[in-house]
Amino acid sequence: MFGIDDWFRRLYDTSGINFTYLYDAYDRGRFLAGIVLTLELAAICIIASIVIGVVGAALHGSRFRVTNALVRGYVALFRNTPPLVQLFFFFFVLGGLLTFKTPYGTFQLSNFTWAAISLSVYYGSFNIENFRAGIESVPRTMVQAAEALGYRKGQIYLYVILPLAFRFSLPALGNTLVSLVKATSLAYAIAVPEVLYVSSEIWSDQLNVPEMMVTIMVFYVTLVSIMVYAIHRFEKRLRIPGYSAGR
Amino acid sequence: MTDASTLPIVRIVDVHKSFGLVPVLQGVSLDIARGEVACIIGPSGSGKSTLLRCINALVPIDQGSILIENEEINTPSLDKLTLRRKVGMVFQQYNLFPHRTALQNVMMAPIHVLKQDKAAVETRARALLKKVRLEGKEDSFPGELSGGQQQRVAIARSLAMNPKVMLFDEVTAALDPETVKEVLVTIRELAEEGMTCVLVTHEMGFAREVGNHVYFTDKGKIVEHGPPAEFFANASHPRTREFLNQIL
Repeated sequence: MFGIDDWFRRLYDTSGINFTYLYDAYDRGRFLAGIVLTLELAAICIIASIVIGVVGAALHGSRFRVTNALVRGYVALFRNTPPLVQLFFFFFVLGGLLTFKTPYGTFQLSNFTWAAISLSVYYGSFNIENFRAGIESVPRTMVQAAEALGYRKGQIYLYVILPLAFRFSLPALGNTLVSLVKATSLAYAIAVPEVLYVSSEIWSDQLNVPEMMVTIMVFYVTLVSIMVYAIHRFEKRLRIPGYSAGR
Repeated sequence: MTDASTLPIVRIVDVHKSFGLVPVLQGVSLDIARGEVACIIGPSGSGKSTLLRCINALVPIDQGSILIENEEINTPSLDKLTLRRKVGMVFQQYNLFPHRTALQNVMMAPIHVLKQDKAAVETRARALLKKVRLEGKEDSFPGELSGGQQQRVAIARSLAMNPKVMLFDEVTAALDPETVKEVLVTIRELAEEGMTCVLVTHEMGFAREVGNHVYFTDKGKIVEHGPPAEFFANASHPRTREFLNQIL
């Protein structure tokens, strides 16, 4: 039987172009595991960073000065430092502090967990700003109209401000999430076996750097394109007929 | 014994309001009877819109007293929900919720605020849209409607709360002359049905025709007032004359 395996094995034999993961079961296994881990890391960070963004923006808008200051401090600290530096900080500093012995063995968060925390915290700070900007661009007059109809503060948030603010913040949110998905490759630096890391393992063994690099580029282009498409579809579905923001 | 129906529905007594150091209302008093159409006219910055916003507590007052159906609203214990059920407001810029259709705009507050049954609210909302001549526009979004249509949706939205008093804040100021008429016709019909209306307006013709009482404000005070026929013919205060000469 002549399958993909044979075709790529022959390609290697005849031309030296070596896509090992397409004919070698072991390489394929670790490469696919890397893809799955990248997707998992991206999914977790997307959800966590959005949650941080929503909560942060809400706290920022609260009338308590303390929470307001805390949120601004958080944004200042995490938005204004490089993500790789933060990743190392979390992994080496906090990771070291959070390692201790228990009667059941050593307690330690995994590299994957630290990468997820670090990227969520970093992109969460961007999402706070995205949602905050969205909330602030809801016209004050909308709030007045709702007040005049007897809406309470919480109801105004729920039925008027949030539905509009969410739409206003979608383009910026989309950008941030695209950045986030690409930044999952930083987890390479703390040996999380995501797609870049497993590829580097494969090319160390097989000496097929160009093939693996091309593969990774194609993988990210495909992944991000699908995401951008999904975000656009979503934006289109939520578009308000006849309404342009900032009017 | 005082009969509730003979008491003024809105009684404003010596109201003062400043924004920072800028005095906007400096001792305004007026009574509005049930079913009356009161028109407030005056130059920009004379406090007309602020006065209107004080009546439904969108703007808190510094001093004085505002009674709606004999209930004081200048008190910390004011239940704003109860007040705003009684007092509807329509804005210059319509302020419809852009993400909801015309019908939904009318239905929202009775469902969310008054917790009324959805099916009953929908029947009433459709009737209200028909009343303001927007039958067939139920599923249009505000952005798909003309200014005049949006303003009529806004009126229907306010009416859905069954208010006792309607406040109109320069509701035709943002409209082109042709659509002004369709909104004014709607307001006139309301007035004819006996709705108490307080209008801040620049439509002198409308004030003269539909109004029962005209108030002229300047620098935070009511300079002069009276029934429209008398007011427009015999206004005596020099400031009033100057204003009327400029716009009539």
